[in-house]
Amino acid sequence: MRKPARIISFMVCTTCLLAGAMAGDDDPFAEARQDMIREIEADVRRTSLQLDTEALDPRVMQALATVPRHALVPGSLQDVAYENRPLPIGHGQTISQPYIVAIMTDLLKMTPADKVLEVGTGSGYQAAILAELVDRVYTIEIIEALGQQARAGLEALGYENITVRIGDGYYGWQEQAPFDAIVVTAAASHIPPPLIEQLKNGGRMIVPVGSRFMVQQLVLVEKDLQGEVVTRQILPVRFVPLTGTH
Amino acid sequence: MTAPGTLERPPLISISLISAAALGYEILLMRLFSIIQWHHFAYMIISLALLGYGASGTFIALARPWLLARFSGVYRINLALFGLSAVACTLAAQQLPLNVEEILWDWHQALYLFAVYLLLALPFLFAANAVALTLTRYRRAIAHVYAVDLLGAGLGSLGIVLLLFLVFPGTALKLLGALGLLASLVAARELHGSHARWQAGPLLAALLLLALPAEWLAPQPSPYKSLNQTLRIGGTRIIEQHSSPLGLVSVVESPQVPLRHAPGLSLHSSAPLPAQLGVFTDADGMTAINHNPQRQALAYLDDLTSALPYYLAEPQRVLVLGAGAGADVQQALNHGVPHIDAVELNPQLIALVREEHAEWAGQLYDHPAVRIHAGEARGFVRRSQETWGLVQIALLDAFGASSSGLHALNESYLYTVEALQDYLARVAPGGYLAISRWIKLPPRDTLKLMATAVRALQASGITAPGERLVLIRGWQTSTLLVKNGVFSADEIARLQAFCRTRAFDTAWFPGMPADLANRVNVFARPWFYQAAAALTGARGAAFIERYKFDIAPATDDRPYFFHFFKWDVLPEILALRGQGGLPLLEAGYLVLMATLLQALVLSLVLILLPLLTLRGDRDGQASMVRPARVVLYFFAIGLAFLFVEIAFIQKFILFLHHPLYAVAIVLTAFLLFAGVGSAWTARRNARPRLVRLATVGAVSGIALFGLLYLLLLDPVFAALMHLPVVIRILVAIALIAPLAFFMGMPFPLGLARIAAERPALVPWAWGINGCASVLSAVLATLLAIQFGFSAVIIAALVLYALAALVMH
Repeated sequence: MRKPARIISFMVCTTCLLAGAMAGDDDPFAEARQDMIREIEADVRRTSLQLDTEALDPRVMQALATVPRHALVPGSLQDVAYENRPLPIGHGQTISQPYIVAIMTDLLKMTPADKVLEVGTGSGYQAAILAELVDRVYTIEIIEALGQQARAGLEALGYENITVRIGDGYYGWQEQAPFDAIVVTAAASHIPPPLIEQLKNGGRMIVPVGSRFMVQQLVLVEKDLQGEVVTRQILPVRFVPLTGTH
Repeated sequence: MTAPGTLERPPLISISLISAAALGYEILLMRLFSIIQWHHFAYMIISLALLGYGASGTFIALARPWLLARFSGVYRINLALFGLSAVACTLAAQQLPLNVEEILWDWHQALYLFAVYLLLALPFLFAANAVALTLTRYRRAIAHVYAVDLLGAGLGSLGIVLLLFLVFPGTALKLLGALGLLASLVAARELHGSHARWQAGPLLAALLLLALPAEWLAPQPSPYKSLNQTLRIGGTRIIEQHSSPLGLVSVVESPQVPLRHAPGLSLHSSAPLPAQLGVFTDADGMTAINHNPQRQALAYLDDLTSALPYYLAEPQRVLVLGAGAGADVQQALNHGVPHIDAVELNPQLIALVREEHAEWAGQLYDHPAVRIHAGEARGFVRRSQETWGLVQIALLDAFGASSSGLHALNESYLYTVEALQDYLARVAPGGYLAISRWIKLPPRDTLKLMATAVRALQASGITAPGERLVLIRGWQTSTLLVKNGVFSADEIARLQAFCRTRAFDTAWFPGMPADLANRVNVFARPWFYQAAAALTGARGAAFIERYKFDIAPATDDRPYFFHFFKWDVLPEILALRGQGGLPLLEAGYLVLMATLLQALVLSLVLILLPLLTLRGDRDGQASMVRPARVVLYFFAIGLAFLFVEIAFIQKFILFLHHPLYAVAIVLTAFLLFAGVGSAWTARRNARPRLVRLATVGAVSGIALFGLLYLLLLDPVFAALMHLPVVIRILVAIALIAPLAFFMGMPFPLGLARIAAERPALVPWAWGINGCASVLSAVLATLLAIQFGFSAVIIAALVLYALAALVMH
């Protein structure tokens, strides 16, 4: 639900305002996108304890302020594209709520020279966000119609550093491996071990877990410089199950 | 208009037919909507649709004179309309793009939901109209009309269960529709008042219904259910489907992209996954039949947390509870276990592995080491005299359903304190009970299981339960071992080695240092270790009290293992709804609350509406029968009847050991004997004094048997548990008969008194009873979750006593 803008407007970061200005006056969704950014920032502050950060990387927020989410959702949902909620995109698939996309992206701690793999292209929105932040994005979609649609949408938006492949993502993208970061949005019964192998030492992988409409937790897989793997299970919400001291 | 003389005999056969069809339709809808939606939404939708019964009372109360003047025609039309609407409304409801999960963001979904309620309420409205009109018209035959209504319902509940073994739900739907039309034809004969063309219509409609192609009527699952998600993958297709009252089983092959079903697989696993056939129940919850014609060891099964016991010991006898498609059986075979007993509830799943895909599965269930048993797990264990070195309880439920709280409403006798005691009694000295669960964040069921195990051990006289427990976890699953004995240092060393090579964490073992916790799969805090340490120590009760989810052990009286919701936490979670907090809500419980609230509001409207017309009713001015008393009486007995029925169904499940058979048999027995009870009142409802006496007698009978059973059922069941199932069924029926006999009386007695003194209130009383029945089912579950089924029975007895007082 949208919060009153007046409560949080003073907290807006300058980068986001700049990005909004860059989007130009002819973008009818610019204001909605700015509202979305403010909302995400407020949510992140409230969840700072769980996320271990006061604010997300300004570059991530800028990417969210830039990518035209409305252009990647079905036409009938364009009006609500910037609401902080998941949206159905057809084929039984959904596009995550922007807040979740923001924290997933932030957790990957990417740098501009990075190469990223995404398994489960879906609408292409996450790939577009990644493409704003890194050098190259490789994304695999198993549902053919969805892959074609995302490819066309991303091409129309002019993303040249995204490669969409239609097929099975279980074995990753061997020709381009290893990757600095991997996003696994397609539900699998387990995290594919081949993907762990294609993660660079020092790389990070993020896996949202939950139903199509609600992400219950994020699993962050970290491979350290020696190749040791540790997973972190993150509740994307400010909630501690234990009360008091035990 | 038909001559009054011919109306002396009420149309009893058609009443019993329509009651059978309506009850069959209710059960069938549950089946259909469990396939289309999810179980708890199905429950809500059908509960609300059943308010059609209440609505019929309101409708007839408002238009009574007009309807009664045209009784014969109106009656037959309602029967025929039931038949037509049962099919048409079910199909129409499926056309709506309802996705209940989206209701939080999209207000259109609320409209769709309301439209589904209205559509599905229509068939019940028509069926109830027919019964209520007959009760109103034949005031002197109320006891008989109500008796055949109950008898019909009893036969309907048994009939639909049998029918669902024979045909797919879509076919059952058109048969029930045709039964409604048949009832209309029979009514025409019974009432002697129709022309041939009246009979041609329903006959033609019935034939048309029966000719409808099966695929038009097949339920279409939501696109968000996992079967439909899987079918999006190129090359996948359903190769066969089997239907039974236990579920719709769909087998899927995926020749292009392997299905790779291996939940909980270690991140370090390098084992290849075999080709698999996906097996979905009600379009959800996939399990897989592994392709293993050469009967090789499947190494991936050793990279699951559930493989732990095989690395601590070498059990020679293993019992797998919930064998499903056989992964846990294969896991035991991997380790050369020479004797494996496997229990699976659904015989269709067994047949898939044993017959249709026997070659694919390498005759897994006919392996010389394997004995497969069709039956319910708890009952198998309770009746068995054998012991096993390992009792393995598989991950029976799908992660999706489990993690969003969809099972909250489901009673489960698999994970109660008494159940764990039963299992442990069958574990050989030095052997293990192993139970795997999904890891949820924040932790819930793994901790509840741990608390349950601690309680079970304590109940068996073990003073230091922590020494007999170990808990390990991957990022996705946890496995708890309960040992019949104390874990040795050697076992602990093996446990740590097992976890180390697979990137699993130890969450508890006797003497575990705190700094070993939370190393590989890291949470913000070492929640599992902290919880395990608290639960196995002296602070267990305080920990459970303070934890934000309900992790108090489930018991046979409160068998809600999957219920985790605590009211105290609701404000906190609601405040977090915009920030990803909604998944913290336990959907099942909230859906139950939502159902109750909606039903309350609608019932209030339906009950109050007829009062508008009652102001002009003069015939009741002198009567003692006041509207407030009518409401109290019929509301109380409406609530109480289902309270008793629902609570005893649960008690008998533990005796008959099969959820389906227990429900079908207990429900049918209750309805049939209540029908006999109703018929018995026929001669005792002529004078108010007799009615009062009979009511007090009936309530005394209910109280006597209710209290007796409350005290004696458990020991009686324990003593007779070893008897063959047929004998146990007969015992169950014999136990239900006297109680149900008395329970069948208060409604017709009360209605007969109203009919004598203030007939305008008869349909209203029927409607109140209908609304109370809907609320009762929901309230019974809420009460049982909070206080247990014994409390539900006591509440029912109090309500019956209240009804007797009101009648006085």
